[in-house]
Amino acid sequence: MDLAKHWRQRAARYRLEGQRHRSSGALRFPPEPTLGAEAEQWEPYVLSGAGTVYSFTVVRQAPTGQEEQTPYILAMVKLTEGPLVTAQLTDCDAQDITIDMQVEMVTRRLRDLGPDGLIIYGYKFRPRLG
Amino acid sequence: MQPVYIVGTGHTPVAEHWEHTALSLAAEALRGALGPIAPEHVGALYVANALGGAIGVQTQLGPAIAAAAGMRGIEAHTVEAGGASGGVALRQAYLAIAAGAYDLVAVVGVEKVTDVLDGRLEAGLALATDVDWEAVHGTTLTAQWAMLMRRYMHQYGYTAADFAPFPVNAHANGAANAAALYRFPINIDKVRAAAPVADPLVMLDCSTAADGAAVLLLAGERLARELPGPHIRVAGSAVATDSLALHSRPDPLWLGAAARSAAGALRAAELNVSDIDVLELTDPHGIAAALALEASGSRRARRGPSAGPRWRDRAGGSDAAGDRRWLQGPWRHDRRQRHLPGDRSGAAAARRGREGAGSRRARGAGAVPRRHRRDGSNSHFDRRIGQD
Repeated sequence: MDLAKHWRQRAARYRLEGQRHRSSGALRFPPEPTLGAEAEQWEPYVLSGAGTVYSFTVVRQAPTGQEEQTPYILAMVKLTEGPLVTAQLTDCDAQDITIDMQVEMVTRRLRDLGPDGLIIYGYKFRPRLG
Repeated sequence: MQPVYIVGTGHTPVAEHWEHTALSLAAEALRGALGPIAPEHVGALYVANALGGAIGVQTQLGPAIAAAAGMRGIEAHTVEAGGASGGVALRQAYLAIAAGAYDLVAVVGVEKVTDVLDGRLEAGLALATDVDWEAVHGTTLTAQWAMLMRRYMHQYGYTAADFAPFPVNAHANGAANAAALYRFPINIDKVRAAAPVADPLVMLDCSTAADGAAVLLLAGERLARELPGPHIRVAGSAVATDSLALHSRPDPLWLGAAARSAAGALRAAELNVSDIDVLELTDPHGIAAALALEASGSRRARRGPSAGPRWRDRAGGSDAAGDRRWLQGPWRHDRRQRHLPGDRSGAAAARRGREGAGSRRARGAGAVPRRHRRDGSNSHFDRRIGQD
C-alpha cells in the first residue's frame, strides 16, 4: 500500500466525498471514473455521513495487517442519501448492534503499516449520538 | 462453431500437499488426464490460478506448467478471475476448440495455498474484493458472505440453524469421496456448536482452502470419436460479471452474474432449468449455495436456505471436499464425469439426484451449471456423447 494510492482517495476517505449527477441529482459513493461527455455531468458531493446498518459481521479470522484490531466489526451501511458503503463499526460492542440501527461517520485509524509505512486514516461508523 | 467434448480428466486429492509445488501438482493431474496421449498432442494449456502471485510469489504459471508437463513451447497462459478462475479457463478452452483453433487443449486449475499462514491467505483471498473500498477496511470474502447471510435472515425471517443442512449434506456426500479433504459426517447440532469465524458463520459453515490440481482435456468432434470414451459434450457455456464491490450492486442478495451466466448457458444448450437433473454449485458457505440456487432459477427466490432435493453435490461440496476455489471448474467436471452412468457409485449418485429432482430427463443426460460470485460467473452445461 503506497503513498500515492492512499493520498488519491483523501476526499472520499476523510470527508465521504462522492459524486452527484448535475442533471438527474443521482448520488454515488465511492466516486467512479466516467468516460466521455458524461464525465462532466458528475460533480463532487460531500455526503452527510448519516446512515443505517444494512448488515454486519464480526471478523475473527483477519488478513495480515488487521491483526491488532481483531476481532473487529465490519458492516455495510446504507447512507441516508442512498449509496451503500463498506466500513468498520467503532465505539460499540457487537451485541449492541442491530440491522437498521442509525449510525454516523467518524474518522479513525484504518491501518498502521508499521515503522516504515503509513498510518492510514479514513471513515468508520459509530452508533448515532443524540 | 464445432461441438466441444471433454475427453479426459485428472485430479490430485484436495489436501495439504507439503511435498508438492503448484507445478508438480499440475503436472501430476495432467499426467492422469492424458493417460496414453502424448503431451505434444496438446495444442494449448489454460491454467486457472488466482493466488500464484499473492501467495506463491510466482506468476507466469502457464509456460512454467507447460514445460514441467512436457509441453514446452505451446500456447499457455494463466486465467485469473478470482473464485471463477477454473470455470473461466474452461470457457477459454471451450472457445478455442469451438472455433477450430486446436484439436486438443488442456485446462488445469491449480492452487498451492498451505505454504503461508492464515493471515496471508486471508489477505490473498481478499484481493478478489475491491481493495480500495472493501479490503482496506478489513473486508474478507467470508465476512461478505456473513453479512449477506445476516441480511437474508433479517429480511426473510430465517435463523442461522436454517442454513446448517448445507454443510451437513456436503459432509454426507464428501464421506464417500476418496479425494475429499474431510471425510466424516456431521449433524446440525455440531454445526451450530462450532466456533464463530465471521458471525453468523461458524467454522463448519466455512470451507477450508487447500492445495490441489484438476485437469480437463477438451477436443473437437473428430478427435473425440477416435479417443476411447465416455465423453461429455459441452452443450452450453457462458460467463458473466458484476461490479467488484458488493456495496455497488443494486441488491447485494441477488447474484446477477450467476443469473446471467446460467441463463446464457441454458440458452446455448437450448434447455430450461426444469430440464436439469443434477446441479453443482460453488458453495463456500450455505448462503452462497442458497443465493446461487435462487439466481440460477433452480428455486424460487426467498424460499429459504435449506438444501432442496434438487441440490446435490456428490463430491462433498466445498465444505467437505475442501475449498478448491480456482480449480473448481475442472475439478467439478472431473467428478461429474465419474458420476455419470458407467461408474457404479456415480450411477447411484446420479440416480439419487434424478429421483430427488423429479426428473423429466432421459437417463444418462446431465447438466452441470457452474457459477461464481464476485468478478466472474460462469456456467457450463454438459451432455454425454451417445447417452442423451
